[in-house]
Amino acid sequence: MNPYLAGLGLGLVLLASFVVMGRGLGASGAFAATVAWGLNAVAPQVAAGNEFLGNYLGDGSSHPLKTWLVFEVAGLFVGALASGALAGRLRVTIEKGPRVSTGARLLAAFLGGVLTAWGARLARGCTSGQALTGGALLNAGSWAFMLCVFAGGYAVARFARWQWR
Amino acid sequence: MTAPFYVYGLFGDEASLLLGFVIGIGFGFFLERAGFGSARKLVSQFYLDDLAVFKVMFTAIVTAMLGVYGLAGLGALDLELVDFVPTYLWPQVVGGLLLGVGFVLGGYCPGTSVAALATGRIDGLSFAVGILGGTLSFALALPLVEGFYLSGSLGTLTLPQVLGLPNLAVVLAVLGIAAGGFVAAEWVEKRFGDRP
Repeated sequence: MNPYLAGLGLGLVLLASFVVMGRGLGASGAFAATVAWGLNAVAPQVAAGNEFLGNYLGDGSSHPLKTWLVFEVAGLFVGALASGALAGRLRVTIEKGPRVSTGARLLAAFLGGVLTAWGARLARGCTSGQALTGGALLNAGSWAFMLCVFAGGYAVARFARWQWR
Repeated sequence: MTAPFYVYGLFGDEASLLLGFVIGIGFGFFLERAGFGSARKLVSQFYLDDLAVFKVMFTAIVTAMLGVYGLAGLGALDLELVDFVPTYLWPQVVGGLLLGVGFVLGGYCPGTSVAALATGRIDGLSFAVGILGGTLSFALALPLVEGFYLSGSLGTLTLPQVLGLPNLAVVLAVLGIAAGGFVAAEWVEKRFGDRP
């Protein structure tokens, strides 16, 4: 799809979220709720005593996954699946350059995920909850965050290019 | 009728979860339509081959910004009741840099990794597992980094407040910067465009 048209669609979804819910879109918060739920299942005392994850558990009266962002990200999964199916883009594959081993690409993706999680947690949101949402609200910290995402990406891009050769 | 509807109590918590699911479907649909279920497409932004990330993000930001500030100006949306993430400048600067590095190394961000996973990318799954691991390690390490985590606290702060300008002036400035950015992006793609 033309990127400006896709951006217009994404912007209207974001606007609908502001108007209907009073909040924007998000993604990393659903991962945090999932971690809180998982840790609570195996080590409930550690989870409840954790300053960050404890917020996601509340007083224990509600299931940790019964939060708005988890439902929104479940919708994200379904929406992407539907779009991919309609376009014939569903395919089990690993995206990488032809000369890169599967293990190396999966390890890079995993480590990228770890760094991204630290970035999102320090910033209190990711590309969705901070850059898109806060960007549209003209939120000062979100704009600082967004400029730094691009700066960080461009600074190290040459060192990650081997994955695509 | 005044928005946000949920905050004004037009519907309850259970309905809000269902609406979250519906809003998420729209979110995932347009991410995948934009090609953002693909790491190769996403990282092309950083090799100047395909600037779709910038174009889609800024079109979305400008669209939602015009809607939010337009409706607020008309009195149809109460901005005081919209959720603004408070500014913690230093962790947000460092968090942005870390996320940018993770984005380029891993090929995704949290939302796009879910779109990638939904369309069958195993590297998207690996990235998502990394987010879970990173979130857990951050939560356990928080006492060690708490001083930094809470530094640069400026509360709820908007660009118009920082610049001492009316909202309209900043909205128009962002619109102008985005328009200039789109023209520049088209030029860069013609000049440097070559898929990795």
